[in-house]
Amino acid sequence: MPKIRKNIAISESGFVFDPLSGESYSLNPLGLEIIHLIKNGQSYEDLSEVLLAKYEVDQETFDRYFYDFVATLKQFNLLEVETDA
Amino acid sequence: MPKLTIALSGLNNIDSPGPGIPVIRGIRDSKILDARIIGLAYENLEPGAYMHDLVDKTYKVPYPSDGVEPLLERLKYIHEKEQIDVLIPNFDSELFTFMKSEKTLREIGITTFLPTLNQFEERHKSNLPEYGKKYEVNVPYSEPISSVQDFLQHKEKFEFPVVVKGKFYDAYMAYDLDQLGMYFNKIASKWGLPIVIQEFVKGTEVNVVALGDGNGNTIGAVPMRKTYITDKGKAWGGITLEDPSMLDLTDKIISQTHWRGGMELELIRTAKNELYLIEINPRLPAWVYLAVAAGQNLPEALVRLALGEEVKPFQGYASGKMFIRYSFDMITDLDEFEKLSTKGEL
Repeated sequence: MPKIRKNIAISESGFVFDPLSGESYSLNPLGLEIIHLIKNGQSYEDLSEVLLAKYEVDQETFDRYFYDFVATLKQFNLLEVETDA
Repeated sequence: MPKLTIALSGLNNIDSPGPGIPVIRGIRDSKILDARIIGLAYENLEPGAYMHDLVDKTYKVPYPSDGVEPLLERLKYIHEKEQIDVLIPNFDSELFTFMKSEKTLREIGITTFLPTLNQFEERHKSNLPEYGKKYEVNVPYSEPISSVQDFLQHKEKFEFPVVVKGKFYDAYMAYDLDQLGMYFNKIASKWGLPIVIQEFVKGTEVNVVALGDGNGNTIGAVPMRKTYITDKGKAWGGITLEDPSMLDLTDKIISQTHWRGGMELELIRTAKNELYLIEINPRLPAWVYLAVAAGQNLPEALVRLALGEEVKPFQGYASGKMFIRYSFDMITDLDEFEKLSTKGEL
């Protein structure tokens, strides 16, 4: 699972501030929910289970949108850089 | 602390503002300093001269280009009337004159806190490649030129676009030789020669305002990213950053050069996360009040250093603090303008 960078500030309204770049972003409610689940250390399976139960979406569609979302987070440098062990 | 008299320039709080008014705001915010502020204005319409809540009295002064003597004579006259304790020049173009006059000013009782001539000279835009080599800092390749013909001799070392820069102010992107020639003439007619041609480094412009104590210590430093840039390249909005690499670079430069006084580092962060130093401005910048608001009152610290006090380095600042510049139509009366333009005092 990806990890959100530690110093990224996320408000309750879904406003995201990256203090390293000075950039800010707005999350929609679902994006905010996913970020919170990621931050809480949920595995992909658990996260997927929670959201599939809550929203009318099939696994395949969810997977596609989830990885799109993570790619966007990565593109904006909001994720911890993965290092090879 | 007894009431101080602090004189400063840079009252041109216009669309490309001088740092005078933000520096004064920092001093006015100070809980340690109690100061009478004397403005030094070069032009009759510098807004700060009319801001009586910030500036107690303003005197016109001759341009440094008129020579050291007329400026010193005028300062002596002002000093006789006002007993100036600390003088803070805020323009790049006047710093050389004030640094040369530092001893004379000290002898009559006016203290400053300026970089040394050597520090001032070696960080000139035209010396940046040597500076980068000496202090192991990434800098873009650049060449000072005195004519477009000069550039043609170095042409193969550059790829368009390049940045055309004046020795004190102004910078334009030139995408071909015609544009380079046009900007060369435009800047040279205003600021003289040489003109610096600098490699264009693609990335995000970020800046640091800092204060060195002259012994290699960083008293304070606050990084910022411009969030809104005017057509003159000036920040109309900005936000403080939490960026250890920018602070490390600032410490490295200040500790190696033993920088004395305020400074602004202009940096480019590339897509590979490398920092390139594109300019060092040898004074506090016009956005310094953002640092004050973020918890580092650098103007106050600068005044205290000028007075010979021991100033402890600031510990931390608030990241995510923003400034948004705005314009404001200040109303004044003709007799105010008359006083400054005819008597040279307001």
